[in-house]
Amino acid sequence: MIPRHLQIGIIFLFIAIVVMAFYARRMRGRVAETDSQASDNRLVAPPVSGATEQVTLYVAYDDSGVLRPQIARIPLPSGRQQRGQELLRALLQLYLEKNSPHPLPASADIPDLYIVDPGLAVIDMNGAFSDNHRSGILVEELTVASLAETLLANVPGINRVKILVDGKERPTLAGHADLTQFYDIAMVSKMVNQLQANQ
Amino acid sequence: MNHFRPASKHLFSFVLLCLLCAIWLHSASPDKRITVYSPTTTYTLNLVEHSGHDYVGLLEMLEPLGRVSAKTERQRWKLRFKNIDAQFTNHNNKARIGRRDLDLTAPFLLQNDRGLVPVDALATLLPAFLGTPVTFHSTARRLFIQQNGTSYSAELSSANPPRVAFNFSAPVNPRVATEPGKVTLVFHRDPVIASGPATLNFNDKTITAATFQENNGMAEITVAGTVPLMASFSNNGRTITIAPAPSATAAQPPASTPAPGVQTATSPPAPPAPTPVSPAPVRRYLVALDASHGGDERGAALADNLPEKDVTLTLARRIRGQLESRGISTLMLRDGDATLSADQRASSANSAHVSVYLAIHAGTDGIGVRICTAALSSQTDTRGPFLSWNTAQAAYVSASQAMANNLEAQLSRSLPTRLLSAPLRPLNSVIAPAVAIEIAPRQPGNVADLNAPDYQQSIAAALATAIANARDGAGGAH
Repeated sequence: MIPRHLQIGIIFLFIAIVVMAFYARRMRGRVAETDSQASDNRLVAPPVSGATEQVTLYVAYDDSGVLRPQIARIPLPSGRQQRGQELLRALLQLYLEKNSPHPLPASADIPDLYIVDPGLAVIDMNGAFSDNHRSGILVEELTVASLAETLLANVPGINRVKILVDGKERPTLAGHADLTQFYDIAMVSKMVNQLQANQ
Repeated sequence: MNHFRPASKHLFSFVLLCLLCAIWLHSASPDKRITVYSPTTTYTLNLVEHSGHDYVGLLEMLEPLGRVSAKTERQRWKLRFKNIDAQFTNHNNKARIGRRDLDLTAPFLLQNDRGLVPVDALATLLPAFLGTPVTFHSTARRLFIQQNGTSYSAELSSANPPRVAFNFSAPVNPRVATEPGKVTLVFHRDPVIASGPATLNFNDKTITAATFQENNGMAEITVAGTVPLMASFSNNGRTITIAPAPSATAAQPPASTPAPGVQTATSPPAPPAPTPVSPAPVRRYLVALDASHGGDERGAALADNLPEKDVTLTLARRIRGQLESRGISTLMLRDGDATLSADQRASSANSAHVSVYLAIHAGTDGIGVRICTAALSSQTDTRGPFLSWNTAQAAYVSASQAMANNLEAQLSRSLPTRLLSAPLRPLNSVIAPAVAIEIAPRQPGNVADLNAPDYQQSIAAALATAIANARDGAGGAH
């Protein structure tokens, strides 16, 4: 004969197991829902509206392996950080279009840009940008130079650019372009000058 | 009376354990290796120990010697080298190569689809595949295919200061290690063998003896002396002269110079022994070839079954062949499917004091060849005599640019070329003229070009010509 207190204990445990199973099932559903939302990295429309400003985007062209300045009019806020974010957003949108001159992975994004005085811009791209980027010296250099020069040319006071992936330093973008170093004006200008010359 | 508290005791035990581990690790014997010397290439492979026998992967052994493929069928391992089919069975001493049945010295092993053969059986197996005899120094694990090795002779010049000239039958490129009273020439890639006795006694007070020994896939010549010694290269790497270091020469009394007033007629000084070569010592011109990527790091996927790491290795080997045919020594930073970090590559090139560093890449974008030099930040971090690792290349930027121009001038004769400065590691950490090339197809999108032997050969020949021209322009030294 099982003692009464043991029977009560087992019943309580059984009830606890059933309740926990329901709870775990519900939580799993919530996590799946959150994940599907998180993996949706499609670009949203620029949040900024109002007066537009003329800027120079440095756009990479894979067919000729060059970087070309391209004039664009986009709405820009006055703050340097927001301004830089809008510039990168505009550039990224161009690369994610169907007939992109320099296709980037569909889920590539630059969720954050930080301006650290004096004059340092830190680009924080998502993992998909780097993980799925095409590999090669030229193609990676075009991406880095395009991002860096667009910021250096349009955001006042920036003289160095650093690129992070998911908030951390990575050795390279996709096996070639060095992401451990800081890209300063002189270095990027030299790269851009060479990349503007046709092959 | 003081006692250890329990926490201190634990800490002490932990530190002691760490120390013991460090000592154990330090004293661990180095990896066993075998070096293969063939007329076209030299390579080193690591061995695997199993049941008291040393094993080597047969596929890796044959890969540098010709086209080879292998497949596993349950317990059988089939290998095809050029037109010869071979079959091995797991845990079996018998092997069938072509129509011949051979006995192995230990059972064949199949580990994760990798076919391992006992090292001692190579002397039997390889002739069956290659159709040529091989010589295997089993204790030193050095295997010579179709070649007799590089022999040497040593001559002591009794001039003041005395010096020993080692004359080799082919150019050599050893690593030189100096210790007080001792210079060791370590031949990793040169098939150096002793044609005479292993130990030569010179009957000299300054340079006493030279000893040859070979071990673990390499050969060494150790020259012993009573003063600090140094080595210098001449005669295009065929002669290495060992002499007292300058400071030791100054401190040494002039033993062979007669004192003033001493009658020399009764005891005429012996004529100096013939010195075979006495040019001013020059440092050898050594080109580091860095086949980029490798191992787990495959580089770009150029095609479905064509990773960048394979193309770069094939091209690096072709460039090595072209350079060596022009009498230029090379250092392959990767000569197999090994994973190397950028820092390891730079470190190897820097410690070998290379004259030129050439990194090899391949890409599908664009056409022709892109020649890259380091894109360096203008903020170079110098701390007294120390160089910042990330900007060590700064002092060589103009030399690298000159080398890139040389390469461009030669390559542009037959291919579209382009000069770039690229943020590419480890160019920025190399303390020598450093250039990277990225080959692209001849025609846009024609990826097959990247692995085409004729295309690679034309690029390799042009690069080697340009480097040879640069060497001649630099007077053979760096």
